[in-house]
Order: sequence, then C-alpha cells, then structure tokens
Amino acid sequence: MRVMDVAGGGNIAMLLYNYDDRLERYNMPDTLKAQHTAYLTRGCVCYSDMGRVLCSITDDTCGWHDTLCGVTHADEVSEKFGAGRFQEKRNAYYKNGYESLLVELGKYGLGKRDLMANVNLFSKVTATDSGELQFHSGFSKPGAYIDLRFEMNTLVVLASCQHPLDPDTTYAPREARLTAWHSRPAPRNDPCRTRCAENERGFRNTEVWFR
Amino acid sequence: MPLLESPLDPRNAVHREIIAAGEPWMGTVAQGQHLRIVDLEGNQAVDTLFYRAGTLEERYSAQDTIRAQGNIYLTTGTALRSNEGSTMLTIVADTCGRHDTLGGACSAESNTVRYALEKRQMHSCRDNFLVALARWGARHDCAFSKRDLSSNINFFMNVPVTPDGKLSFADGISGAGRYVEMRAAMDVTVLISNCPQLNNPCNAYNPTPVEVLLWDAPGTTLK
Repeated sequence: MRVMDVAGGGNIAMLLYNYDDRLERYNMPDTLKAQHTAYLTRGCVCYSDMGRVLCSITDDTCGWHDTLCGVTHADEVSEKFGAGRFQEKRNAYYKNGYESLLVELGKYGLGKRDLMANVNLFSKVTATDSGELQFHSGFSKPGAYIDLRFEMNTLVVLASCQHPLDPDTTYAPREARLTAWHSRPAPRNDPCRTRCAENERGFRNTEVWFR
Repeated sequence: MPLLESPLDPRNAVHREIIAAGEPWMGTVAQGQHLRIVDLEGNQAVDTLFYRAGTLEERYSAQDTIRAQGNIYLTTGTALRSNEGSTMLTIVADTCGRHDTLGGACSAESNTVRYALEKRQMHSCRDNFLVALARWGARHDCAFSKRDLSSNINFFMNVPVTPDGKLSFADGISGAGRYVEMRAAMDVTVLISNCPQLNNPCNAYNPTPVEVLLWDAPGTTLK
C-alpha cells in the first residue's frame, strides 16, 4: 500500500493489528530496538509484539517517519487552534488524533486499552544529545510517499490529524492518497529482510505463523 | 546530568520491600505518597508500568510523557503522563540522571528476534508483567490481557538516541545505591518487572535485586 502526502507537510498517524488475531499489534519498542533506530524509513520493518513482521517499508521518498511523539488530545487541539465545534463548523470541526483513532478502533472491537504507541508518517522529529525533541517543519514534500508491503493480514488504522509538535496554528489536516496493489512474499534477498540478523529472524517467525 | 537527592529518610518509610532479581512486583501508591526505587547493586533495569488505581483503561503513556516535556529522557521534574493526558506521578528526586522510556520490555518473542530463535524459553519482563497481572486480576476480579502492556519505563537503563536517529543500548550510567523517587498525583497501581534479561550487556548479564520504598506525604492522613 502506498501512502502519499499529496500537498506536503502532512501527518498520518498509523496503528497496525494482526487482522486475524487483533491482540497482536504494532509494537514501537520492539520495532526500534530490533533495528537500532528511533525512526522509520526504507528498509525498516514494523514489528508486532509477538516478534513477527506486520509490514516492510519497501520504498520511501520522504526519508523519516516519527515513532516517538504520539497523537494530539482534545485539549491540545483546542489550545492550539481554538474552539472548533461541529455546531459552528459543521464537518470542518476540529478533530484530535486520539479520538480519531479510537473511533476507527471501535469499529473493529478495539478500544482504549488497544491504543498503543503509533507511527506518525511524514513527520520528522529528532532528539538532541540531551534528548530535546525538535520538529522539522515542512519536511515532507508534495507527493512524498511511503510504500508498505504487508507480510501479514493487517488491520491498518490511520488518522490524518496534524502532528502534535507541528507549530502551525492553522487547523489544516492534509489529505493522503492510498493506493494498494497485490504483491508477492518477500524474496530471500529482500533488502528489508537482509537489513540485519534481527529482521531475518522476524521474517522466520512470520513464516511460521502462516505455515 | 543534574542529580537531585531526596530529603526523605528511609527509616520513616511506611513500606520497604526488596524485589529479587527477575521477579515481578505490583502495588498501589496513594495520591501524595512518595515511591522510591533503589538500584541496590547498580545497572539493573526496572521495567515499570502505571495504571490509575481501579482501572486498566488509563495507564502510563511513553509518547504522551515525552511529548509533554519535549524530551525523550526521564529525570527529576518529569511528569509521567497517562494516555488520557493526566499527570500520574512526578519524578521528584533522581541520583541516576536519566531513565529510558523507548526501549520497552523484553519478551519471549522479542528475544527470538533480538538474540536467537532458541532464546524463546528464557524468562522475560512481559512474562513477569502477565504473571503479576494474573495474581492481581484474580484478587480484584478484573480481566486483563496483553493489551494492557503498553510501552513502559526502564528505570536506570541508558538508551541514547543520536541526533541522526540511531538508537542503542549503552552501558548503564547507574550505580549501586542510586535511586529515583516519584510523588503520586493520583492513586496509582504500579507494575514492575525487575528485568531478568540475561542476553544484554546493559546489566552486565547479571540481573540484581532492587528495593521499593513508600512514604506518606508530610501532612496528609493515611488512606
């Protein structure tokens, strides 16, 4: 599946669940420590909490996807953008990332206890040597995309709310274009698979699930 | 890294308990009480989760905590935030310097990825969490599951992130007798796994005991 940031400067919060057993889900620490990275880009995979690979990042023209910062809550949205009730704004009302994800999770029998640490596609946030977070405004260019190849049957949950550290004070979530293709399992020499010994073992664990 | 001692005297603690190496621990801290965790022998990882007392719906959130303070490391002054955006506890003293909340907890499954497929049977923090929740759930008539294990804190563990986004498990910066102390802003249930990991040099392949101490807040009445 390709996720494209059509206008640039977008942010897509993403959660992943094993579609066939939703108790298994994307795990941020397992993903980061297996690959010794704090962010995601081409060649990385997203691990479930069961040591399996939910999806691989086979292409990425953006270069950095945030794993650390989570999503906005209602109070953060109203503080930054002001009140944006449905009564005045109709369908342009202000949404927040947390409740947007909960709404979608609720449609699949999942709830607050299932809402884990998420990925923020298209957002770059770095940490200084002393650990301070720095948001890089306008990092994602118009038309930037990330290609995800799913190694498992996956429930993908997305919300297009702005990144919580984005200093832009205009409420303006950007649209994302989703395109899906059929694809084959990863070959032996797949770059995501051969990135590190950890990923080789993650793919082995995934194959056992489907055996 | 600035270090800050606590004025509280262990002789006045209302509860003291040693958690043996590799064991889980679960307890409740009342609003206003102070909770101290002591790294008795040095470089031990103390994997910790918090829940609002009486529920599993509101719990510690690593992402909300680091976003709210704009920094990935936990130390004195850090407000430990929940998934609902509430402050659960605040770190009020820290003689270690910084603590990790990105590295998560080891599990049988992640051990197969990180170390070797044959490591699956080794003891792990998430197994510890589940056995502690099983004992606690049985006492509180509460159905829990793996979904209740969100991204945790690793007290005393050093997981530096470089400006170019690399993450590593570096040698510990803690030492024997160093501690972290928190004041509870609400009644919280504390879930600890005193990490049994035998495959990682961050604890010199040698898990060791830690101590938890509890004080009542000065001027408050006991619950």
